[in-house]
Amino acid sequence: MNAIETRGLNLWYGDFQALRDVTLSVEQGAVTALIGPSGCGKTTLLRCCNRINERNPAVRTTGEIRILDKNIYDPDVSPLELRKAVGMVFQRPNPLPVSIYENVVFGLRLHAPPEARTRAALDLAVEKALTEAGLWEDVKDKLGETATSLQLEQRQKLCIARLLPLQPDILLMDEPCAALDVTATENIEQLIRGWQGAYTTLIVTHNMAQARRVSDRSVFMLSGELVELGSTQQVFDEPKDPRTADYVAGRYG
Amino acid sequence: MSRFASTPAVEAKLRREAAAGAIFLGMLILILLPLFAIVAYLLWQAAPSLNWRFLFSAPTHGMREGGVWPAFIGTLYLVTLSLAVAAPIGVLAAVYLTEYARDNWFNRAVNMAVLNLAGVPSIVHALFGLGAFVYAARLGYSVLAASLTLAIMTMPVIIASTRQALLSVPHNFREACWNLGASRLQTIRTIVLPNAISGILTGIILQVSRAAGETAPIMFTGAVFYKAIDPGTLFPYALDEQCMALSMHLYTLSTQTPGVAASIPNATAVLLLALVFLVNSAAIGLRTILRSRGKW
Repeated sequence: MNAIETRGLNLWYGDFQALRDVTLSVEQGAVTALIGPSGCGKTTLLRCCNRINERNPAVRTTGEIRILDKNIYDPDVSPLELRKAVGMVFQRPNPLPVSIYENVVFGLRLHAPPEARTRAALDLAVEKALTEAGLWEDVKDKLGETATSLQLEQRQKLCIARLLPLQPDILLMDEPCAALDVTATENIEQLIRGWQGAYTTLIVTHNMAQARRVSDRSVFMLSGELVELGSTQQVFDEPKDPRTADYVAGRYG
Repeated sequence: MSRFASTPAVEAKLRREAAAGAIFLGMLILILLPLFAIVAYLLWQAAPSLNWRFLFSAPTHGMREGGVWPAFIGTLYLVTLSLAVAAPIGVLAAVYLTEYARDNWFNRAVNMAVLNLAGVPSIVHALFGLGAFVYAARLGYSVLAASLTLAIMTMPVIIASTRQALLSVPHNFREACWNLGASRLQTIRTIVLPNAISGILTGIILQVSRAAGETAPIMFTGAVFYKAIDPGTLFPYALDEQCMALSMHLYTLSTQTPGVAASIPNATAVLLLALVFLVNSAAIGLRTILRSRGKW
């Protein structure tokens, strides 16, 4: 089963067509990189996967998106439930203006039934999520402080940690390291590689070296079209399409 | 000529700059002078009447002596009631316009209308209040009709200021919430309102001074020249009765009552100023406290 599958996906922002007939399958448990020049529709495609695009009234979509073999535009699908399973990490770390602790349990407060939100259960969830995100040792003594006290790297880890208590299946990452320095980037990449199939990860990146380092499979997009999809090694070393070859060789973009 | 030396053109530029600075400073002084002059003049004229007895006693001898207590308490009444109506409705309407409404021609027109309403002169609101509340709704000349008129007058400004406060909450907070599967209402309650509350309260409190100062809307709908009240009671006016108010009282003393000592209307004005100053200071204080608490 594929974690994400799209068939004939088109998307318009008003009159501008951002995605053209995109048919894509993302393997479950793998890390898939979305590469391509700015404005090629990578982020747009990412934002389709949890229907967050719908918050923009100018967006119109046709085609089919299946997440874990369920068409997410079926009438019985609730976007709120979908977003629990499909979490998103942004380019600029965007922790909420509350304490570190409250950031991590925010999702549980929204979704978990009251009996599952005992202090002990929340404490446990916080430790588990922060440990998994590699942040527990740094922040365990200052969980009550606001997230502003954290450095950029820690903030981004917090944004990852805050998705985990909801036990997501898929993590969408929109250039998660674009605002970070080299060391922080390395640490986040290590985190992604460490998941080992626990989550299906779809990561947008401008950094081709990063795509090579972290991903199992790569998708190359250009002008809203999906040009090539294959194993990362194949897309980079033996691209089938000349446009892919030119891009990964750095001749444009 | 040596390198970097000044030239006549540069000298002229610097002279123009100095002149411009002097003009700007002059304008500032021009603004501040009347302000200080007003306050100083009022205090000087009011001095003979400025004491606690003036605040806590009722006017006597055809308002030529005594204090302003009934008018003071009437103003408190009107302002509190009008804001109790205008603030919740205004804030909720602003939340709808900012967080729920789609960006279409209808909602743009509504926003435009709100901004225009905020600029409508108070005498127009007064006429509307007279027609709508006093006659059509059969409330008669009463505290209730006057408060509702003040509420109608302050509501558009509250909507506009609340919208500004809501819009100043960064969009990425909302995105973060939505991506965790929060509904709009959950997003508003947990993140948007707590971060906008200082701005919202400031906007509301600034309308207190406006509601306290306006004369026309209450003169048409429920304020009277004189009404005897029991000075001992804290709630001397019933909702369907008329009441006195500071702004109205000042108007009466200054234009309708011959032979009043100058100190009485001036002391009334000082009291009104003090009330407005107090409320505005409270607004600033509250904002500072809320800002430092929700520090981001």
